[in-house]
Amino acid sequence: MTKTYPKASRPSLDNVSVSIEKGEFVFFIGPSGSGKSTIIKLLLHEVTPNKGRVVVNGKDVTSMRSWKRPHFRRSIGCVFQDFRLLPNRTAYENVAFALEVIGKTKAVARRVVPEVLELVGLGGKEHRYPHELSGGEQQRVAVARAFVNRPLILLADEPTGNLDPDTSIEIMRLLDRINRTGTTVVMVTHDSNIVNQMRRRVIEIESGRIVRDQARGVYG
Amino acid sequence: MRMKYVLSEVLVGLWRNVTMTIAMIITMAVSLFMLGGSGLLYQKVGDMKDLYYENVEVSIFLKTDATEEQVDALGQQLEQDPLVRDSTYVNKEQAYERFQQMYADAPDLVSAVKPDQLPESYRVKLNDPEQYKAIYDKYKATEGIDTIVDQSKLLDKVFGVLSGFQNGALAIAIVMAVAALLLVANTIQVAAYSKRREVAVMKLVGASNWFIQAPFVLEAVVAGLFGSILGLLALVAVKVLAAGSSMAALEGLITPISWTDIFLTFPLMAAVGGVVSAVTAWVTLRFYLRV
Repeated sequence: MTKTYPKASRPSLDNVSVSIEKGEFVFFIGPSGSGKSTIIKLLLHEVTPNKGRVVVNGKDVTSMRSWKRPHFRRSIGCVFQDFRLLPNRTAYENVAFALEVIGKTKAVARRVVPEVLELVGLGGKEHRYPHELSGGEQQRVAVARAFVNRPLILLADEPTGNLDPDTSIEIMRLLDRINRTGTTVVMVTHDSNIVNQMRRRVIEIESGRIVRDQARGVYG
Repeated sequence: MRMKYVLSEVLVGLWRNVTMTIAMIITMAVSLFMLGGSGLLYQKVGDMKDLYYENVEVSIFLKTDATEEQVDALGQQLEQDPLVRDSTYVNKEQAYERFQQMYADAPDLVSAVKPDQLPESYRVKLNDPEQYKAIYDKYKATEGIDTIVDQSKLLDKVFGVLSGFQNGALAIAIVMAVAALLLVANTIQVAAYSKRREVAVMKLVGASNWFIQAPFVLEAVVAGLFGSILGLLALVAVKVLAAGSSMAALEGLITPISWTDIFLTFPLMAAVGGVVSAVTAWVTLRFYLRV
C-alpha cells in the first residue's frame, strides 16, 4: 500500500507490502522520517492509505467508517515513548480508567487490574501516582493499560525511547512475556541494542520503502 | 456506573470553570427571557386582534341635511351588502347618549353639545374587518354621506406598536443567543482542553464517541436548562412587578397574561436552551476533538 500525507513531496510509505502472522514479534526499524510511525497510525486507523489495503485481524479496515473505529481499537493495545498516563490518577486508576471507559464495571476492574499490575511487576505500587514512579515503572503502567483488555495486537511506538538501557531491557522482557501469551507485538524502534538482543523478525524501512525483512534479524 | 461517571464529570466540568459557567447561564437566561417574552407578546397580540377586530365597526356618518329617503336607501343597501354582517342605525338621540357616556368625565363638554349637533350614523360590522377599503370605495360617493370612519385604523396603530415591542424582544433574544452560543463554544473548548489527556487515552483504548462527548454535551445542556429556569423566573418577576405598578392601569386595554401562559412558555424556553446548547457543544467537539 501507499500512504502520502497531504502537502508531502514524497509518499511516507511507498508501495509497501507486509504480512504479520498472529503471535509474531516484529520490529520496524529505520531512521527518523522513514515512515515507520505511519505503520502504527495505519494499523490504528488513525490514517488511511491512498492506495492498497490494511487488513487487521482478518478484517479489511481500509474503508472502515469512523464510528466503528472505537470498537476496533479495543482489540489493539498501544504503548508510546511518552507513556501517556493520566498524572492525577494512580497506577491502579490509570489502568482501571481504560477498562471503565469502554464499559467494564468497577467490579471487573477490581478483579483484573491488580492481576495485570502484578504481571508487569508493579505489585505493591498500585496506589502510586505517575510522578512517584520511575520512567521504567511508568512504562510498565502503560503496558498494563494496553494489555488489560487482552488485545490481539500490541503496538509499541519507541517504548524504550525515554528509558536507560537496563530499564529498556526490562520492558523488552515484559513485551516478550506478553508475546508468549499469544499476543502479536509490533514495535517501532531505532534502539539497535534491543533489536540485536531480541533476535526477532526485523523489517527495515528507508524513505518509505522496505529495504530488508529478516527473521531473527539484527539492527544491521 | 457509566451514568454516574458521566454525571460526576458534568458537575466537575461545570465547577472547574465556574466563572465561564455563570456567564454562560446568564447570557442564556437573558436570551431565553427575551424569547419567552416575545412569544408571550406574539400570543397576546393574536388574542387581542381576534377580540378587537371582532368588535370593530365602520361608522358611516350622515350629513345633517340628509333626507329620510337617502337614509333609508342607504340602510337597505347596507342590509343587502354581502360584505356587511350587521348594521345599526344610530339617530341623534342615541348618538347623544353615547356621547354623554363617552365624555362623562367632562360635563362641560357634554353640556355644550346639543343632540341636534351630532350626526346620525350607521354602525356597520363587516364580515371581514380587512375589507374596510371596499366599503369605503363603495359608499363614499353615495348621497347624504358625510364621512366614513374605520376604527380598525386606530387598532392597526396600537398593534403596530405592540408588534414593534415583540420584534424588538425577538431581536434582542437573537443577539443574546449568538453571544450565548459563542460562550458555550468557548466553554466547551476550555473543558475539552483541560481534559485533553483523558480524551486522548479514551480515544486510544476505544471508548465510544458518545461516551467521550456526553459529559461535554451534557455540561452545556445543564447550563442551558439553568438559563431557561432563570429566564422563567425573570418572566415571573416581570408579571409580579407589572401587576403592582402603573402597568396595572392597562389591564383593561391589554388582556392580562395569565400564569398558565407564562408557565406554558417554559417548555419552549427549556427546549430552545437545551437543544441550542447541545448542538453547539456537539459541533464544537467535532471540530475540536475530532471525535
